[in-house]
Amino acid sequence: MYKVSSKLKIFAFVLIGLGALLTVGGFLSAPASEDAVREMLANDASHGYGHGSTDTHQVVSHDAHDDAHASNAHGDEHASGHESDHVEHLYHQLANKPWSALYVACFFFFMIALGCTAFYAIQKVAQAGWSPGLFRVMEGISSYLLVGGILMFVLLLATGLGANHIFTWMNPGVAEVGHENYDALVAGKTGFLNVPFWLIRAGAFLVGWNLYRWNIRKFSLKQDEEPEGNVWYKKGFKHSAMFLVFFIVTESIMSWDWIMSFDPHWFSTLFGWYVFASMFVSGITVIALVTIYLKSRGHLEFINDSHIHDLAKFMFGISIFWTYLWFSQFMLIWYSNIPEEVTYFITRIEDYNILFFGMVAINFLFPLLILMNSDFKRVNWFVVTAGIFILLGHYLDIYVMVMPATVGDSWFIGMPEIGSFMLFAGIFLLVIFNTISKAPLLAKGDPFIGESKHFHY
Amino acid sequence: MSDKTIHALYTDDDVLLGAVKQVREKHYHIEEVFTPFPVHGLEKAMGIADTRLAINAFLYGLVGLTVATVMMNYIMIQDWPQNIGGKPSFSYLENMPAFVPIMFELTVFFAAHLMVITFYLRSRLWPFKSAENPDVRTTDDHFLMEIDATGKDIEEMSKFLHDTGAVEIKIIDKDAH
Repeated sequence: MYKVSSKLKIFAFVLIGLGALLTVGGFLSAPASEDAVREMLANDASHGYGHGSTDTHQVVSHDAHDDAHASNAHGDEHASGHESDHVEHLYHQLANKPWSALYVACFFFFMIALGCTAFYAIQKVAQAGWSPGLFRVMEGISSYLLVGGILMFVLLLATGLGANHIFTWMNPGVAEVGHENYDALVAGKTGFLNVPFWLIRAGAFLVGWNLYRWNIRKFSLKQDEEPEGNVWYKKGFKHSAMFLVFFIVTESIMSWDWIMSFDPHWFSTLFGWYVFASMFVSGITVIALVTIYLKSRGHLEFINDSHIHDLAKFMFGISIFWTYLWFSQFMLIWYSNIPEEVTYFITRIEDYNILFFGMVAINFLFPLLILMNSDFKRVNWFVVTAGIFILLGHYLDIYVMVMPATVGDSWFIGMPEIGSFMLFAGIFLLVIFNTISKAPLLAKGDPFIGESKHFHY
Repeated sequence: MSDKTIHALYTDDDVLLGAVKQVREKHYHIEEVFTPFPVHGLEKAMGIADTRLAINAFLYGLVGLTVATVMMNYIMIQDWPQNIGGKPSFSYLENMPAFVPIMFELTVFFAAHLMVITFYLRSRLWPFKSAENPDVRTTDDHFLMEIDATGKDIEEMSKFLHDTGAVEIKIIDKDAH
């Protein structure tokens, strides 16, 4: 039995404490009103840092941004001038910033658990012989699905109830003709994109995913105690197959609901796959990192180089799969250059250039070059290095999916971003290692466990 | 003293793999093993150095990437720039996304084809070449291990090979061929 070391516990608690502190700091440092923003701008200008009208690039990108988010439309009563519009716009962006940071980090760690659950289900359905030795690690990581799901739902609920304005399609009056927030395109989508239905969907998906995760863990533990026959194994197989069908449909809808609807005018038909690739590679990466960690602590003696090699192969392969989807989405939209589609990439290339292309380099070139060599996939520190960069890259990936719609060009990776990342990382570590310590690390009842022990590449 | 070779035949890949390990422990020199299908782990057991085909593949891929880049730059930018969907047609870099599929395909094409050709050359295979395997049964269900027996005690060696699971042992005098 694995026991969570006190060092790890302290590390996780420090992450949570420090992260919470920074997150709160981020919320407190966000401007409280438009007046505060006006004051801030005046101070910036006196320090020689022009944030506004002197910089032509910013004016242009702001206009592009307004086109992309007509729902941010500034009303008639504010027609007093561009300056006032600009202040109001900037105020909304800065007020959104800590919330968006919280949202991105919360979703990122949730999606790791979800991706890992999907990977686990695939292993079960494929009746894979190499992976049963890693089942307890996967079960541990997927256990964050419950905690992370609750956190995610609370955040969605708070957003739906109006605690923040990160989703422009939730603006009041967005579907009322003649209202200052009226947006014809969003109005046409309210049959699907309305807060109650949006929350019901989120709830249903979360319950469904957690139900599977709850059952499969129970079956896996019961199979250990079952000396004769594979009753629980067979049950798990059926549940996993059903889950995968449910998952791929709901995951796709979830990606529209939780991420794509940040840009409610924009749509991409492969967005579900794109988000899936991101969560899948992050989930596999975390499996590899946790496995290497546990092995370095003298556990998982039945896991050998070949298992690490296989995980690294998956990290490599799914990273390239992710790039394929990223590029497919980018190239088609870039080439056709249809205004309502291409705004998505224009805002990202103009305002997020370094992050947008840097994230592709981290997620594609880095794993490609580091993990291409067969021997490197067996060297732990290579896998760990690649894994840390992959996780960082996919955090940035989610960041670049969300932020342009909520904070526009006022992005900065500061207190709330780093803080909420640490906060959720701490909770994540605590939950997964706690679950891993709850059961023997060897799923001894699995019919393929012998094959897994002797797995040799 | 004439050059002698022993041909030991096996009928199972696992037995063969075990035999290869034992023979090497005895410091007999295995010249070649003929199998009807690739046996997993055999090259490691025989102590053959890792293939360098993968490095070649990488280099061939780079060649393909370069060819694609140079080719598309010449065709689409230098020689005959065309206005396709209003894309910047006078700069390769700015138009690069449009060429990525071609760059990718030619990378794969070059890597794959040149790798196959390299493999054939390295294995000395070409059309109408007569087979090198000494026993036709190695194309069906037998595994043949070729061991150098020059200056060794043939009697003792045969007995040892028989103990490793060989079903048939033939002593070949190379001079006779």
